[in-house]
Amino acid sequence: MSFKLDVDRFRDAVVELIRKASTQLPADVMKAMETARDNEEKGSPANSVLDYMLKNADAAKVNSTPICQDTGTNIYFITIPEGVSLRKIESAVADATRIATGNAYLRPNAVDSVTGKNSGDNTGVMAPYYHYEEWDKPTIKVELMLKGGGCENVSDQYKLPDSRLKADRNLDGVYKCIIDAINKAQGLGCAPGVAGIGIGGDRTSGMVTAKKQLFRKLNDTNSDPELEKLENRLYTDLNKLGIGPMGFGGLTTVLGVKVGAAHRLPASFFVSLAYSCWADRRCTMFYSESEVSYD
Amino acid sequence: MIKINLPVSEADIRKLKMGDEVSLNGIMLTGRDAAHSWMFKDKPDEVRELLKDTVIYHCGPVVKKTNDEWHFVAAGPTTSIREEPYEGQVIKEYGIRGVMGKGGMGEKTLKALNENGSVYFHAVGGAATLQGQAVKKVHGVIKLEEFGVPEALWIIEVEDFQAVVTMDSHGNSLHKEIKAASDKVANELIGI
Ligand code: SF4
Repeated sequence: MSFKLDVDRFRDAVVELIRKASTQLPADVMKAMETARDNEEKGSPANSVLDYMLKNADAAKVNSTPICQDTGTNIYFITIPEGVSLRKIESAVADATRIATGNAYLRPNAVDSVTGKNSGDNTGVMAPYYHYEEWDKPTIKVELMLKGGGCENVSDQYKLPDSRLKADRNLDGVYKCIIDAINKAQGLGCAPGVAGIGIGGDRTSGMVTAKKQLFRKLNDTNSDPELEKLENRLYTDLNKLGIGPMGFGGLTTVLGVKVGAAHRLPASFFVSLAYSCWADRRCTMFYSESEVSYD
Repeated sequence: MIKINLPVSEADIRKLKMGDEVSLNGIMLTGRDAAHSWMFKDKPDEVRELLKDTVIYHCGPVVKKTNDEWHFVAAGPTTSIREEPYEGQVIKEYGIRGVMGKGGMGEKTLKALNENGSVYFHAVGGAATLQGQAVKKVHGVIKLEEFGVPEALWIIEVEDFQAVVTMDSHGNSLHKEIKAASDKVANELIGI
């Protein structure tokens, strides 16, 4: 049984995926933002800023316009059934990207690093960029993240041990790196954000692990009890920093903390932080021969 | 929420304090990297009238043209610190009463705000749709051909454009205070 890919239908489904990702804040993020707003003292800048962000998210959804004008790096994690052509998938996604840019769901955001020229349609070398996996289901799963620039600029990678932080090669050392990184970021990544953390791996796989955590729903639980404990500890303590929404002060510095781990070499111990702004735009599409759904 | 009508007097700006929430109304100008380096080096006279007693907004908008008229679709703030080398002199040269953007600015700008009677307004990052709606009319644009859409100087009329004063004209910076307090907590948590 081989999966038949109707390229035009798939492309149109991806355009809709991009539209949803850019214009609709995920329900779990909306909910976390509402809770955060209600927690902040009435009449404080933190309270009104969160309210303003929520109103903006509502307006973006109604008008089908981007939540934030920086529509970010388009990162795809694609899971395919056996035998589907990756070349066809990539060219359909690239076409969808051009269409979505034309429809103003995406701002032209891909700049040639040598010439400084904007490609104008969000395609280029490693843009968008793709990660692939295969599974045994007759469905293509496409997870899309629009990763903003401001929050990418404050993302970071540490190497343990770290003598300045007195951080050793263990989970406590990881904790110290993340407290340091979020404190350094202040409001610059458009706080309150979500911390995606990757422990171990090499410099690339560690960061991929961190980015992957950003696809998790904010209210899920980690299957590893040790990491679950670390997530809760970091969530509580990061919110003690008092940085608050946009760095104006307040109780909400992060909306969530998600940690994953990858095997590492005995010689290295990386801690990678992929920080997402409050405009945490992600959407997943399930595409089969008979139906398409989005989550 | 304090309502500010632009242009605004130095006396009214001096009354604003760090942490005040404001609603801006009236005509202001956008300007980011290219505009700042132009105003810094060439000191052009054509923006003098326009900038006097009003706000310069660090913003690269998404615009649309219908029936020969420009509209702002998305108008969120960009990171202000890139203009730190220029802003102090630009404030002084043109008598600007407010600088608006995100992320705050440094010591040089803080000093210029104090000496010239101006403030820094922090707009909410990522709220571009609402901010676009607050831009009621585009009155004109300067250097569109040369600088391109995001970098041009747009003359815009805003209504109820919300922001927070994070640096005032009395030497106070919310960014400095929050950072000092959070450094202390972070060091305790880390144990250094
Ligand atoms: S960090 Fe996020 S919310 Fe802030 S400007 Fe960038 S994409 Fe928008």
